[in-house]
Amino acid sequence: MKKILVACGAGVVTSTIAIQKLQEELDKRGVPKDEYKIDQASIPEVPSMADNYDLVITTTQYTNPNGKPVTNGLPFLTNIGLDQTMDEIIKHLDLKPTK
Amino acid sequence: MGLINEHLVFPDQQFADNEAALRFLAGKLNAAGKVHDDFFDAVWAREQKFPTGLPAGKINVAIPHADAKYVKESAIAVATLAQPIPFHNMAVTDQEIPVSLIMMLAIHEPHGQVQVLQNVMALFQDEQHLAQLLQEHDAHALFTDLDKTLGAISLDR
Repeated sequence: MKKILVACGAGVVTSTIAIQKLQEELDKRGVPKDEYKIDQASIPEVPSMADNYDLVITTTQYTNPNGKPVTNGLPFLTNIGLDQTMDEIIKHLDLKPTK
Repeated sequence: MGLINEHLVFPDQQFADNEAALRFLAGKLNAAGKVHDDFFDAVWAREQKFPTGLPAGKINVAIPHADAKYVKESAIAVATLAQPIPFHNMAVTDQEIPVSLIMMLAIHEPHGQVQVLQNVMALFQDEQHLAQLLQEHDAHALFTDLDKTLGAISLDR
């Protein structure tokens, strides 16, 4: 089970949109739902939470002080470069798309 | 009632800078009873820390917003700008982008508004439609288009 944390400035608006889109894209690729879990946070919460996650996605520019790689989640809002971002996420988490 | 309100749609606006634009839209939301008095302060503080300019192709947009606790009832206030004004880019925060459309999101319950928020994002990906909105100089026509595009149904309350 891979754990994904999606964060934005306030942990309210853009992370909600990004999670919805990420979920849709994972479904579209046929990644089984029991392979991953997605949680939501605000940026200020990320440093204390990041160690418990395999991947952190933020919709705003952010460098994780813990040194864990952070994926730019802007493509989930704009669709620009979304397929590439999804490929990277799937590869990074070693998920198994069936479609 | 939908999230878009005819009295909260403002075509062809001119502002000195983004602070003035946000103050104007937050003031209108407050006057309409949608947000608490400290909504502008919260939006502006957030904008400086986590900017909301979104590069959307030829026409850039901004989605200033604040935590749900500053909101009484979900609503979206919209301004199209006669002259673009600079906002910082959400993804590359030291970069400024010229913004022509501001949608100030006062969201009380984000999970009840996912569909509307997704419709907002879908609109931003439609360059032709954005260009058309900027050409709309009549508030009622702009309202009608946005209301239809974003969906008239609000799920919260």
